[in-house]
Amino acid sequence: MTFLFYLLAAVAILSALMVVFSRSPINSVIFLIICFLSIAGHYILLNAQFLAVVHIIVYTGAIMVLFLFVIMLLNLNTSNEPHKSQLTRITAVITGGLLLLVLIAATKDAVLIQAKNPADYNIGLVKQIGQTLFKQFLLPFEISSVLFISAMVGAVMLGKKDSKKN
Amino acid sequence: MDSQNKFMPQDYIPIMIQSFIVLGFVLTTMIMTHLLGPLRKSKAKLENFECGIEGMGNARSPFSVKYFLIAILFVLFDVEVIFMYPWAVNFRDLGANGFLDMLLFLGLLLLGFIYIVFKGALKWDNS
Amino acid sequence: MAFNIYDFTSFTQSIDQGLNSVMPAFWAMITEMVIIGVAILAFYALVGLFLVYAERKVCAFMQNRVGPNRVGPYGIIQTIADLIKLLMKELVEIKKADKLLFTIAPFIVIIASFMAIAAIPFAKGLHAIDFNIGVLYVVAVSSLGVVGILIAGWSSNNKYSLIGAMRSGAQIVSYELSVGLSLITACILVGSLQLSTIVESQADGWLIFKGHIPAVIAFLIYLVASTAETNRGPFDLAEAESELTAGFHVEYSGIKFAFFFLAEYMNMFIVASIGATIFWGGWMPLHIGGWGSFNMVMDYIPPFVWYIGKTAVIIWIMMWFKWTFPRLRIDQLLTLEWKYLLPINLFNILLMAFIVLMGWHF
Repeated sequence: MTFLFYLLAAVAILSALMVVFSRSPINSVIFLIICFLSIAGHYILLNAQFLAVVHIIVYTGAIMVLFLFVIMLLNLNTSNEPHKSQLTRITAVITGGLLLLVLIAATKDAVLIQAKNPADYNIGLVKQIGQTLFKQFLLPFEISSVLFISAMVGAVMLGKKDSKKN
Repeated sequence: MDSQNKFMPQDYIPIMIQSFIVLGFVLTTMIMTHLLGPLRKSKAKLENFECGIEGMGNARSPFSVKYFLIAILFVLFDVEVIFMYPWAVNFRDLGANGFLDMLLFLGLLLLGFIYIVFKGALKWDNS
Repeated sequence: MAFNIYDFTSFTQSIDQGLNSVMPAFWAMITEMVIIGVAILAFYALVGLFLVYAERKVCAFMQNRVGPNRVGPYGIIQTIADLIKLLMKELVEIKKADKLLFTIAPFIVIIASFMAIAAIPFAKGLHAIDFNIGVLYVVAVSSLGVVGILIAGWSSNNKYSLIGAMRSGAQIVSYELSVGLSLITACILVGSLQLSTIVESQADGWLIFKGHIPAVIAFLIYLVASTAETNRGPFDLAEAESELTAGFHVEYSGIKFAFFFLAEYMNMFIVASIGATIFWGGWMPLHIGGWGSFNMVMDYIPPFVWYIGKTAVIIWIMMWFKWTFPRLRIDQLLTLEWKYLLPINLFNILLMAFIVLMGWHF
């Protein structure tokens, strides 16, 4: 199990680095998919099976398809990829460094917490998640549908504005 | 049934092994076909397929934004469908309350859907 | 080794014990998984070959022709001859294509179609992996295929491929929603996503009978949506031979083309098996609650035959679609999904929930 964890972690980190370093945006998407799959593997190691499959459906199956659509929509060729100026690069490095600082500061004092009930392996299964979602977290669930409406309105506004211009 | 069976992470190891097996299968077939098949290159052969005439311009030209709209609506509806899986599994336990909860959720969603339809986001012909 | 055609549990257990007796537990487990993997691979290839043959025969039957009849009796080994031919063909990699992605795309498509088979229960006790979330797993894995198609279309750097891939992407993702929703309708009645539980819950009648009106509607929607999701039949806009030549795989040759072809047929097999498993009881014989003697007679037919028979019927219906209806236009296709199937499906789920709530099902 530990071996699998290290393997998946290595794959996740390597592919995440490749997302940043690869030249073509489509290659980045491929590496991002590999990264997401290995993160789904991590969820499975934690026995959060529902979460793992949802992660694959939503991120790999839906959001990556959206990314591919956007890339194909813009159709960036490698030749006309805009070159970033020196200033944007420096800003990016500084913001990234600050984020890293925050993350390190946040995890510096972290201690390993033992699971409350390690015998209960079924906690991440769909039945238990449903029980929690529809009893304890009912209000956030209903409110999330309002979020969906706002997202739909946003998407339609974006799409319609562009199609009028064309 | 559900409470007796222990669903463990180990259940998913076969998936990994299977993906390696199929990967190996595709790879061997590709290598085999490289060895078996001929390899003759000519200029016309390496051109794009274009029904006998010469190709014009770059294939990677910008696309209609409507495809993007479909994709983004799909992401939204997909997340909503995901929410329904745990609901469907627990429906008998939740009973009438669960029904009303989902009615509210779907009602709000329907509102968004009606908005989409009336805004014409799903209309494909501009005429 | 006890071999019982009605129940494979003892058969698989005896293999398990035999392996455990000759090697340590860990290696026995690994060997078992490899055996299962190779067996599924062999099954996959065989079914793929047979389906291509079946499609040609069914097509010929619909069009009052004979179909393949030269290679072997009734042309049975025609597809094997085709396969050998495709293996001997050159893999052309056109100059403008993105070499790496062009090669990766068939891998993604094949893996996505292959992974789902492991979760399908073929017969009693013949079930590679019994997931707690079997239905979701199949939906998740088959949703990966669209990535391969989009990449294939984009990397070919051909206008036909790109248009085909965009259409195909929009089509697959749209109809995925309907497939998921109609499966949820069935899951409300059973209350589980585990495929073995779903099959066993149909011991007193198939789900399509138990859930009557909403189950029939869900099944019909599933049939249409899954036909569209596999890029088949009247919904094959991604390929559209007459206008896009072959759509997203126009630049693929030899075995790479064969992989796309195989994946398409296997996707059809998977959606047909899932449809048969969830709505028609999978390997469960035709049982009617309370009719003891009738059920006993039905039990004489082995479960594997039931499973294959039901899957074959659904596949035949899908082929029937393909050779009967003319191709839809892309706007008609998306209108059908977003304006008709999706709202109907949402209402159908509420109807099913209401019926379960009131106890009006069998």
